[in-house]
Amino acid sequence: MSITIEHLDHIYDKGTPYETKALDDVSLTIETGEFIGIIGHTGSGKSTLIQHLNGLIKPSSGKIVVNDFDITAEKVKMTDVRKKVGLVFQYPEYQLFEETVARDIAFGPENLGLDAKTVEAHVKEAMALVGLDYETMKDKSPFELSGGQKRRVAIAGVLAMKPDVLILDEPTAGLDPKGRDEILMQIKQLHRKNKNTVILVSHSMEDVGKLADRLFVMNKGQLALSGTPLEVFRESEFLESIGLGVPQIVKLSEALIKKGIAIEKEIVTVEDAKQELLRLLGSK
Amino acid sequence: MLRDITIGQYYPVESAIHRLDPRIKISISFLYLISLFIVKDIRVFGLVTLFLLMIIKMSKVPVNYILRGLKPIFLIIIFAFVINLFMTPGDSIFHYGIFNITIQGVYQAVFMVLRLVYLIVGTSLLTLTTSPIALTDGIEHLLTPFKKIGLPAHELAMMMTIALRFIPTLLEETDKIMKAQMARGADFESGNIFNRAKALVPLLVPLFISAFRRADELAMAMEARCYRGGENRTRMKVLKYEKRDVLAGLVFGLYVALIVGLRFIM
Amino acid sequence: MIRTEQVKYGYNEGTIIAVDGVDIQVNNGEFVVIIGHNGSGKSTLAKMFNGILLPTGGAVYIAGMNTADEGKIWDIRSTAGMVFQNPDNQIVATLVEEDVAFGPENLGVPTEEIRERVTTALDAVHMAHHLKKPPHLLSGGQKQRVAIAGILAMKPRCIILDEPTAMLDPIGRKEVMETVTRLNREEGITIVHITHFMDEAIDADRIIVMEKGKKHLEGTPKQIFSQVERLKDMGLDVPQVTLLAHELKKSNVNISEDILTVEEMVEAICRLL
Repeated sequence: MSITIEHLDHIYDKGTPYETKALDDVSLTIETGEFIGIIGHTGSGKSTLIQHLNGLIKPSSGKIVVNDFDITAEKVKMTDVRKKVGLVFQYPEYQLFEETVARDIAFGPENLGLDAKTVEAHVKEAMALVGLDYETMKDKSPFELSGGQKRRVAIAGVLAMKPDVLILDEPTAGLDPKGRDEILMQIKQLHRKNKNTVILVSHSMEDVGKLADRLFVMNKGQLALSGTPLEVFRESEFLESIGLGVPQIVKLSEALIKKGIAIEKEIVTVEDAKQELLRLLGSK
Repeated sequence: MLRDITIGQYYPVESAIHRLDPRIKISISFLYLISLFIVKDIRVFGLVTLFLLMIIKMSKVPVNYILRGLKPIFLIIIFAFVINLFMTPGDSIFHYGIFNITIQGVYQAVFMVLRLVYLIVGTSLLTLTTSPIALTDGIEHLLTPFKKIGLPAHELAMMMTIALRFIPTLLEETDKIMKAQMARGADFESGNIFNRAKALVPLLVPLFISAFRRADELAMAMEARCYRGGENRTRMKVLKYEKRDVLAGLVFGLYVALIVGLRFIM
Repeated sequence: MIRTEQVKYGYNEGTIIAVDGVDIQVNNGEFVVIIGHNGSGKSTLAKMFNGILLPTGGAVYIAGMNTADEGKIWDIRSTAGMVFQNPDNQIVATLVEEDVAFGPENLGVPTEEIRERVTTALDAVHMAHHLKKPPHLLSGGQKQRVAIAGILAMKPRCIILDEPTAMLDPIGRKEVMETVTRLNREEGITIVHITHFMDEAIDADRIIVMEKGKKHLEGTPKQIFSQVERLKDMGLDVPQVTLLAHELKKSNVNISEDILTVEEMVEAICRLL
């Protein structure tokens, strides 16, 4: 499921004194099955961008094509767009409303007009994907669950629509390290298993650096940088200047290079650093 | 959509009217409303018009901004006009089928529309020139004498402040939840009334839950900041009547005297 | 400043134990970070520090006052102010200055003095230029700074922050942490900072790790972070360089395990090579 965005502009409150350009000539391509990370601080335009992909916001100008299907064209049926692109909002647990977990997750697939049997199958599958046991959880009220469980129910609610492209906006916001690692692990497994396109929006360089094949950095409504985590982290000075940090380990390798230590491999994770340092120490 | 409604929204400029004490403005507005019902002769509205125009000029709020505020209630104005036009008995000047327009009907329709418009323009002038906080403060002070008969003046004012504080937050939240449910295929825009009402459940349930959670947390935060009702509370901003407030009161007194006087003369 | 004696707290009439016999002492002017994952009891503990919750067992003393003493509750709350997690749900008024004035107004501070306190408090959190703004136009980090100013205006000796950064982006987190650190260093205000972000604990005087309602570990940042395995078992993070040092040590490299910053790591590696 490839996505092509061409010259996307979005202006809020056009023609009023509050006019703001939220997106400014954004063009990018995402290949089928890629794991993409989008980073940028609050107000950089990343939320506006992903809402376009789901058809929630119409562009002021520009075009978005999802697998040869122009979702920005006139008279596109929104259910068709939502079958293709699933969007999990920030703090998605705040959108839960049904009496039971299973019924809440079924809300999305039911809206797509699927029959009861298929819906149930989708719900079961989605719950398994986020690590919730169907039998014990299905009849529970979503409101008596813990914060982390609620969030998984909410994510399952989008997964049950079986979108080809899954977008998650800050899925780990507000979670503790354990909850964060669990969710990220599940997203990673999901991507491996279903081979669908995943777009992860995050503040955390460490998280996206670990998971994504390619990163897009947003700043002031523009696509400021793109490339593999390695290529993006190389621009650490620029990243810092727009209020984004690089992982500590990247800073370490930069500092070592500055000291004249001959690091050969490019380093993104702790494991990379360990192997490289062991090699250096061993060769001494 | 929601931001198009400008009626009564505070218009932040510096003007003589803005500077007036909120208590005097609230009192004047209240008496002004009563004065509109004292008027029985359409010609007296000429005087009201002059009075309003003078205030609008002094308030530095653009006239078309005020008129734009009338938009949401345009239908009600038309309705009042039509009802009075056709329903007033008297000397017929136009007759077609069941429709019958009388000279008294025309008079009455114009009269009612003027009263309605002046009612709204007058009250929105109060909110246009008085910040919500000043308004709340003013109401609290004006209600204080009624504390003796058990009216919770401070509590009412605090409720108003909190409501004002949370309206933007809840609007933003509504927008967010609406989008999140739309991403799950919810449809808020089509279908008959029954279907639309049903479609609101996924919006309203989370919204209520969130509002209750917010209320709970806010109560805790207020308690942590030593809030314990109106007793022994001091204020950073204390209201004080100035010369200009007295002057405004005198001018308005003159206006009321004229209105009342004209009622007996005409 | 704060002292607890075998403090306990149970929700649901004591059936769910959130805090289970904890002894803590926080000294004047200290910067203490309490870490633990969700459900470890850290927030419940914090709420007992200023009498929002009363212990179901044991006792909590703030500057010598027992929080269970009803007559002292307002003194306790103005001595140990509290900042909460959600920046939206703790701002009361429709203007920044009005909100900061809320605390002193409740305390019955004379009118002229309130104005002065509001100005000083907003200056201290670098928000003086937002005096007349409605709070919903501020960023998350700015809202939390207003909340901190609201506490400062009550002239507390201690501020308890209950996960103030959990809902903020990196810029907001940085703003809040810089503010809190400055208040501790320059104004000598005792800080109890509750968080699950380990990087916010690196500069603390002392770290307390909570787990299952009990105090699990306590010590300086170096003492705590060097116990990589134990922290990982609890599902907590360690700084990446600390993890690296730990991994290298496991591979028989002679490196100290209490490395917390990039600079320390660079130094250690240079010594080895």
